Amino acid sequence: MAEQARVSAESQTAAASSTAVSLDFRKRTRIGESVIQGFLFFCGAVSILTTLGIVFVLGEESLLFFLDERVSIVEFLTATSWQPAIEDFGIIPLINATFITSIIAMVVAIPLGLGAAIYLSEYASARIRGILKPVLEILAGIPTVVYGYFAISFMTPVLRGMFGKDTVQIYNSASAGIVIGILILPLIASLSEDALSSVPRALRQASYGLGATRLETAVRVVVPSALSGIIAAFIIGISRAIGETMIVAIAAGAGPKNFDLSQDNLFGYVLNPFVAAETMTGHIARISGGDLSYNSIDYNSIFAIGLMLFIITLLLNILSRYIVRRFREVYE
Amino acid sequence: MTTNGGISPQDAKYALETRDMHVYYGSFRAVKHINLNVERQKITALIGPSGCGKSTVLRSFNRMNELVPSARVEGKVFFHGKNLYDSNVDPVEVRRRIGMVFQKPNPFPKSIYDNIAFGPRINGWQGTKADMDNLVEQSLRASVLWDEVKDKLKESGLSLSGGQQQRLCIARALAIEPEVILMDEPCSALDPISTLKIEELMFELRRQYTIVIVTHNMQQASRASDNTAFFLMDNDRAGTLVEYGPTEQLFTNPQDKRTEDYISGRFG
Ligand SMILES: Nc1ncnc2c1ncn2[C@@H]1O[C@H](COP(=O)(O)OP(=O)(O)OP(=O)(O)O)[C@@H](O)[C@H]1O
Ligand SMILES: [Mg+2]
Repeated sequence: MAEQARVSAESQTAAASSTAVSLDFRKRTRIGESVIQGFLFFCGAVSILTTLGIVFVLGEESLLFFLDERVSIVEFLTATSWQPAIEDFGIIPLINATFITSIIAMVVAIPLGLGAAIYLSEYASARIRGILKPVLEILAGIPTVVYGYFAISFMTPVLRGMFGKDTVQIYNSASAGIVIGILILPLIASLSEDALSSVPRALRQASYGLGATRLETAVRVVVPSALSGIIAAFIIGISRAIGETMIVAIAAGAGPKNFDLSQDNLFGYVLNPFVAAETMTGHIARISGGDLSYNSIDYNSIFAIGLMLFIITLLLNILSRYIVRRFREVYE
Repeated sequence: MTTNGGISPQDAKYALETRDMHVYYGSFRAVKHINLNVERQKITALIGPSGCGKSTVLRSFNRMNELVPSARVEGKVFFHGKNLYDSNVDPVEVRRRIGMVFQKPNPFPKSIYDNIAFGPRINGWQGTKADMDNLVEQSLRASVLWDEVKDKLKESGLSLSGGQQQRLCIARALAIEPEVILMDEPCSALDPISTLKIEELMFELRRQYTIVIVTHNMQQASRASDNTAFFLMDNDRAGTLVEYGPTEQLFTNPQDKRTEDYISGRFG
């Protein structure tokens, strides 16, 4: 009994001392870890600070524009004529042109892009996919100025041949819109394909196992499961279309399509894609190309247009987030 | 019953019959010389060590192997006296008649209701909304899930537990009213209680359906099946059917030494 007690006491002290030696929970500083963490924080901070800087500059210069007594915000947002020379600052003609080219671009790019993505992820063999995906990515790398001349020297003549030279002006939104659509098609196809091919194989198997065809599987299972990624691809595409500058500067027209609703026909002129029209980006590019004096009202107006572009893209992003949250089918 | 009984393909006793079937992945022969008759309205278990080709054989019954681009099936598989691998047979129609439940529960990211309705809808459902409601209820009752989900049919199938998801997948397979249900280790991701539920469910379903189940669980094979097929990898790594017979006989009185070794746990 006594011996037992002694043994257990001994083993206890042994255990205690060995604990003291082998277990050391003191905090160690890992220098490499902190350096990396700091660097990564810096990377994140740079992009956020840049965005903030852009917003600040846009806001500051726009403020100067809106504070000028020759400008009123109400006129800016509602008037349908933009002629800085005679101090007409109504942004609607520019927004109108941007919307027309972007909508045409999406009408071209969404069905074709999604179709291409479904083909690549659900139908194409591994070999064909291996050839086509890099080709798509190369297409996305062609400079937009090339697309601009493609629009003016190929697409416009084709449209004029189809609809008549009287209907289609030399500079027009349709040609620019279609070519923007071609420009963003690879982007939409590639991003959508990524979304589609990340849908688990098990879901496809379940669908085939129930007697679904390839098309039924693609349309009813794979696309709905990848919907949030696909919509994200569309939104990136739309933002790209709205922001596209070179193609519209070359092919869409070199002056705002000002209008007066009491005189101009809505479909014959205002919304007519075959008429020359200058978009927000096209206007910024043209004006800033000339000899624009710093702090003139023309100069400041550019930033107001830029701010408008920024707000539109931001609203689109918020809208898309809402749509995605509303409709997505989560598969995790 | 022996491995190849020489029974005519039209014999109504069998739901599925393979004749000298081989399955290749590229140039690799995964299984060879499979002659297996699956009895109608019975549960047939496929057992054997990992990699011996059980899933491959199972998938050849409803042409799911075709989803693997390199896979190729030689030989014949008869279903209602018709070779499923004849050039004029539509795999989509085959899978409609021979349903499948997978190892990992794979409900669609849709509501419980839409999961069940998916199969009938793609197969040209003509009935009314009330008919569909009824079909959904019947399928969920048949898979003993109805009481657990009847108040939340609009919720996502993924909100269910693993065992419930697997029963949802079984209900989904039942909704297209197949004749045969293939199950590839349907309980391997489930706890013992869910497993028991699925086994009871299989016994219930046997009255109407023919079931083929792959399992790694010897107890499951011995208590939940009528017939058992034992597969083993040959020297060339191709799986072969070693022994096939009534489960009771195979487990208590195996004819082949290798079967005896396997079921008594000596290898595999
Ligand atoms: N998609 C595939 N591509 C190439 N080889 C495959 C493929 N699927 C299976 N195999 C091969 O075929 C053989 C049989 O595989 P199978 O999945 O049928 O075995 P199993 O008996 O189901 O095994 P487990 O019990 O582990 O599921 C294995 O050697 C495997 O490597
Ligand atoms: Mg398997």
